[in-house]
Amino acid sequence: MHNLTIAELVQGLQSKKFTSVELTQHFLDRIAELNPDYNAVITVTAEQALKAATAADQRLAAGNAPALCGVPILHKDIFCTNGVRTSCGSKMLDNFIPPYNATVVENFEQAGAVVLGKTNMDEFAMGSSNETSFYGPVKNPWATDCVPGGSSGGSAAAVAARLAPGATATDTGGSIRQPAALCGITGLKPTYGRVSRWGMIAFASSLDQGGPMARTAEDCALLLNCMASYDDKDSTCIEREVPDYSASLNSSIKGLRIGVPKEYFSDGLNPGTETAVRSALAELEAQGAELVEISLPNSALSVPAYYVIAPAEASANLSRFDGVRYGYRCEEPKDLEDLYCRTRAEGFGEEVQRRILIGTYCLSAGYYDAYYGKAQQVRQLIQQDFATAFEQVDLIMGPTCPSPAFKFGSKGDDPVAMYLEDIYTIATNLAGLPGMSVPCGLVDNKPVGLQIIGNYFDEARMLNAAHQYQQHTEWHNAAPEGLV
Amino acid sequence: MSNWDTVIGLEVHVQLATKTKIFSGASTAFGAEPNTQACAIDLAMPGTLPVLNKQAVHYAVMFGLAIDAEIGKESAFERKNYFYPDLPKGYQTTQLEKPIVGRGQVEIQLADGSKKNIRIHHAHLEEDAGKSLHDGNFRHGVSGIDLNRAGTPLIEIVSEPDMTSAEEAVAFAKKLHSIVTSIGICDGEMSQGSMRFDVNVSVKPRGSDTLGTRTETKNLNSFKFMEEAIAKEVERQIDLIEDGGSVIQETRLYNGDTKTARSMRSKEEANDYRYFPCPDLLPVIVSDETIEQLRRSMPELPDARQARFVEQYGLSEYDAGILGSDAPMAAYFETVTDQSGNAKLAANWTMGELAGRLNNEDISIGKSPVSAEQLAGMIARIADNSISGKMAKQVFEAMWAGEGSADEIIEARGLKQVSDSGALEQIVADVLAANQAMVDDYINTDEAKRKKKLGGFMGQIMKASKGQANPQQVNQILLQKLNELL
Amino acid sequence: MNIERHEIEKLATLSRIAINEETINQVSQRLSSVLELVDQLQAVDTSGVDAMSHPLQANQRLREDEVSEINQREAFQGIAPDTEDGLFLVPKVIE
Repeated sequence: MHNLTIAELVQGLQSKKFTSVELTQHFLDRIAELNPDYNAVITVTAEQALKAATAADQRLAAGNAPALCGVPILHKDIFCTNGVRTSCGSKMLDNFIPPYNATVVENFEQAGAVVLGKTNMDEFAMGSSNETSFYGPVKNPWATDCVPGGSSGGSAAAVAARLAPGATATDTGGSIRQPAALCGITGLKPTYGRVSRWGMIAFASSLDQGGPMARTAEDCALLLNCMASYDDKDSTCIEREVPDYSASLNSSIKGLRIGVPKEYFSDGLNPGTETAVRSALAELEAQGAELVEISLPNSALSVPAYYVIAPAEASANLSRFDGVRYGYRCEEPKDLEDLYCRTRAEGFGEEVQRRILIGTYCLSAGYYDAYYGKAQQVRQLIQQDFATAFEQVDLIMGPTCPSPAFKFGSKGDDPVAMYLEDIYTIATNLAGLPGMSVPCGLVDNKPVGLQIIGNYFDEARMLNAAHQYQQHTEWHNAAPEGLV
Repeated sequence: MSNWDTVIGLEVHVQLATKTKIFSGASTAFGAEPNTQACAIDLAMPGTLPVLNKQAVHYAVMFGLAIDAEIGKESAFERKNYFYPDLPKGYQTTQLEKPIVGRGQVEIQLADGSKKNIRIHHAHLEEDAGKSLHDGNFRHGVSGIDLNRAGTPLIEIVSEPDMTSAEEAVAFAKKLHSIVTSIGICDGEMSQGSMRFDVNVSVKPRGSDTLGTRTETKNLNSFKFMEEAIAKEVERQIDLIEDGGSVIQETRLYNGDTKTARSMRSKEEANDYRYFPCPDLLPVIVSDETIEQLRRSMPELPDARQARFVEQYGLSEYDAGILGSDAPMAAYFETVTDQSGNAKLAANWTMGELAGRLNNEDISIGKSPVSAEQLAGMIARIADNSISGKMAKQVFEAMWAGEGSADEIIEARGLKQVSDSGALEQIVADVLAANQAMVDDYINTDEAKRKKKLGGFMGQIMKASKGQANPQQVNQILLQKLNELL
Repeated sequence: MNIERHEIEKLATLSRIAINEETINQVSQRLSSVLELVDQLQAVDTSGVDAMSHPLQANQRLREDEVSEINQREAFQGIAPDTEDGLFLVPKVIE
């Protein structure tokens, strides 16, 4: 059952080939058996899941089942779940049990999905390797000495290891696409404002966006149908009808103009990755798409701009973790300042502290214009690059990451080496554009991702191209050894 | 004459009279149990997000219209970062670069009748903080945090340093109070913190163009405290400089109970607020249509109302100034006038007996034990001579004590003034007959001095009538009868 | 670019994060490395370019002024570190 796609599971449930309780129990058993090898899931909600599955079976029997009725999924531990610990991968929230649900969580509940538990992640979504989690690193199911990517590494590894057919994730600078690429699955970061951020713990508010992870583009479409919504609780959520992302999956891509940015094939790109991405582009060309070389001249500036803007926003977003109203509080504070300073020094990990300090620096008196102000201007230039490109092409494609999964600890002591992992993904967050990653090959038996960037609210076209690619290739069906 | 000029600027925090918080749907009602009106957003629970209250925006625009200011058709929110337990997010959401209200001005009138314009630099929307309670039933050495007030919408009005004395500053503060209560955007309850003043004070040698170093005295919540705090601060600064010292820029706190001020424990770096645009909120657009709609529905401003009171009710400038500046009092006065048909008496009683009594007992006019309808009922009885002014005071007391309407009290106490001339003639005749010695004395007194003897008869007559005789009528009858005896 | 010790101390105070003596050099070194990265921005000519705060061109939505929240004090204070009499408790606040 765990090798079936969500589309197949929906069909199986509706045609009573198996029940949701059977399915849910199967995945719970798999998590119990395999998760210790990967550390992808940090909270298992077995009891609630079986209860939800029982209810789903009743609705399926009654014939009034909503879209994802009875389908088991996992939530990234950044989405608040009423009554279930939501840690954001941090000691700071190790004891935090929210009394409310994120809108995304509500949407899946409405759609009848069964939540198996919560997935591991880089602390407060800050990282590209899942090494910063308070709960220990997630291991890549393709090579357990390698990282799964981050920050949604738990969701990606869980889907790759078939611990769940799909999972929610979030992406601030590549946190859906990079782990999807490194774990050989499909992941989509929607247009900023497409998915509600209510109840999704903020890292960098103007960049964060929730999105789905699954093995296929078809499944991502099914999940996005449920995940995307207009939400009046999020001022930045766009009031715009959610199309049926499944409806156009089978359209022909003949005549589709695909922009290939020359900057995305520069020196830092692993040759094996480049070969895989080029052959994926050739496959799409063979299907009738037209490849157009384009330029995104300010691409190289996206990483420095991002590492001003994201930490600046984070430095304010994380001020609320002060040990007063919820979460971690240090032992025996001697006064108020001690309460603040020790709670935050003990509750936050090193990378989170570093980003808070950087953000504080970039916003502080005398530095604001040179850093924050400048970065916001560069952000505009990056957006203009894309706007110009989309005048000529329908989609932009290239590699998701510079290389396949790397070994734990291999990025050394310099945080910047890790930051460059997101060099191809960050620009879309700065511009607010949708992006996805689709498995397109193996290098040293480790997966490689093709990145697809769309224009605003053009997720349906991206999913269509990805689905057509997957109809003609098998990379999305490849599985780590012993996990099929 | 002092050798020093004083320069004063004000920052005024006005709580807007919305039903809910600026960014959440939690109630702003005053006086609730601690933290019962602090929702997930107000508590800055992880993942929560702000959505702006339309009424707060409209109220801010109305203030802008009231002071004839430029309205920020596109305004924006920023985050002001600092740690404090009553500030749950660790930043205050406020406006800096693009406030909703731009430059404007307010005219004040001073005791000598002179007028002066005070320029408003801008006014912006922001959220209030919660409260730290230092003395409670809880353990020693801790403070309790109540976040009910956190997120209450405020406008912060920032003046130019155009005031040169405590008197001007108080006049300006009172004028703002009058404006915001008149247009109904603030309840004006100072004791509940609905309006709070931060006062920037500096001194400079008389006639100098160079401003001195200023201090900021924060969070004054009464006009009286403000006046005292300014006077003390001006004196402190002058003494300091004259003794060869210099003023340091600092934030000060004034304690109205002990009448002392002190410097707040200040940290140099605490002043780096790291403002940046709030990414959770988008640009706030106020359309011309909305502005026009609000302009059309604006309640009467105090200046216009004062002019109307002179015109419509024939009040003096002085009376109109007092009654017209305070919106609830103006409304009360107009109700009394409408229902009693006597503006003069309505003005006298509202400003006199009623205002005095309310002031003494520290009650707002909205909670007056004597309603406008009750006072009007009493004034009608004065006007038709049913009761005398002296009786009216008794009636007022009884109404204050909750004994009912004027008519009910007059009836119950048998206070009705006797104006029936037959009855009065009889009383006067009886009194004269019973006091022959006084009558003889009157007759034998010099004509010029007889008037002084009338008081004795009046006292006897009022006593005989149990105080109910109409004094003017009695006076007339008495003179007539005595003259007949001459 | 090398960030100086007193600057680290100032940042630590502003962001209320205690940094101990043993790690301050390492923190300084790693922050400097990140600042070197972001300093690439200084070379860019951005004259005449507007700052971009939001990815999308949209305006703030306004909420009707109606009470929509109920009292949930018990639920919220159930997960708080220290409360009494409905108040959140902290070490004494000195103004």
